[in-house]
Amino acid sequence: MSIFEYNGSAVVAMVGKNCFAIASDRRLGVQLQTVATDFQRVFKIHDKLYIGLSGLATDAQTLYQRLVFRHKLYQLREERDMKPQTFASLVSALLYEKRFGPYFCQPVIAGLGEDNEPFICTMDCIGAKELAKDFVVSGTASESLYGACESMYKPNMEPEELFETISQALQSSVDRDCLSGWGGFVLLVTPTEVKECVIKGRMD
Amino acid sequence: MAGATDLPPKGGFSYDNCARNAMLVEKGLKMPGFLKTGTTIVGLVFQDGVVLGADTRATEGPIVADKNCEKIHYMAPNIYCCGAGTAADTEAVTDMVSSQLQLHRYATGRESRVVTSLTLLKSHLFSYQGHVSAALVLGGVDVTGPHLHTVYPHGSTDTLPFATMGSGSLAAMSVFESKYKEGLTREEGIQLVAEAIRGGIFNDLGSGSNVDVCVITKGKTEYLRNHQLPNPRTYVSSKGYNFTKGQTVVLSTKITQLKPKVEVTEGDAMEE
Repeated sequence: MSIFEYNGSAVVAMVGKNCFAIASDRRLGVQLQTVATDFQRVFKIHDKLYIGLSGLATDAQTLYQRLVFRHKLYQLREERDMKPQTFASLVSALLYEKRFGPYFCQPVIAGLGEDNEPFICTMDCIGAKELAKDFVVSGTASESLYGACESMYKPNMEPEELFETISQALQSSVDRDCLSGWGGFVLLVTPTEVKECVIKGRMD
Repeated sequence: MAGATDLPPKGGFSYDNCARNAMLVEKGLKMPGFLKTGTTIVGLVFQDGVVLGADTRATEGPIVADKNCEKIHYMAPNIYCCGAGTAADTEAVTDMVSSQLQLHRYATGRESRVVTSLTLLKSHLFSYQGHVSAALVLGGVDVTGPHLHTVYPHGSTDTLPFATMGSGSLAAMSVFESKYKEGLTREEGIQLVAEAIRGGIFNDLGSGSNVDVCVITKGKTEYLRNHQLPNPRTYVSSKGYNFTKGQTVVLSTKITQLKPKVEVTEGDAMEE
């Protein structure tokens, strides 16, 4: 078994019209045994920047703490929030530093940049950036997420439609993955508001 | 030992997690695969410069992770570099060398030379004994004329009039071997590079999607991103999926209104 499959996870981010959504499942397991059903994998960096960390849960939390630390140092020094592109480079550098003993995390970064331009990006566990204009996925359900997003995604969706699309893509994908599921957490960010939703899913 | 909350490190790799990861492997957990660019990358020297080419597929095992990634990396205004192998390594090694070149240009005030970047690349790769798995095609035009090199992950290099690398290198080389000649014109050069890349795209499963081309001549660099798109998407329905609002069962919602950031316009910028 791969280390990525130890806890199980599903993270996805999508771009809409002047907005983005990032979603994850809520299960924390130890192989096939479910330990928690309210596990957070999507973290806030600042109001318009979020990171989802799939993979080994212990590394996800460590990495999140280091990222928050580095972002706070940046805020103090620069007196501003980080741009999503800058943050992606930071995450990439942090992961590549551990090239020969990596964190077992595959991050998904989503944010609104200057002029509220949405930005999404994912990486492998050693920081190879993959920029996309439409959607990015990661976690044990990534294969089914690729399929679901590839068919369900449309460009320039309005926030309400984006919410439904990402939720349905997540739900249908985790239903085909034993290791992730137990409901979902969806975060929808527009230039003026942030909507966080817990959505209902299958409990098997 | 360096803790997780130490100040930003100055550089170099950290081996903090290695002992733990080795323990996990010993317990039977497999190490994950990395993002690869199972790639076709090529380059050739023509009449008055160099043409570089690459496909745009990134893979993670058998999965296509990125359908339109960039594999031709910037090194200097007159030097570019195609990368194959582990995506993070090619990206990191080219970024590192390009920043060293930029600093060198600031210090000397002269255009970077292709051999300089070649030496920087190979000495880094050699010192890691092939563990930094970047296979590169380096091309550029400097004061001594056009140059094309290949760099292997262990640090060995070649100097060639035409070169291919990556999993699609055989397919691409077959095109070059049958059609390359000295003194090609610019158009012929671009055409031949594109044909070689297409050879990789269609005959190698690790390569796919589009053709990126970069033409470097004396004093001019042209990056032709997605020069050819031989694999357009044809399976998309014009209407797509429509979900009615409220289809997803929502258990709880929290809405936060974002306040616009206060901007300080008074006062001078702080002194350095």
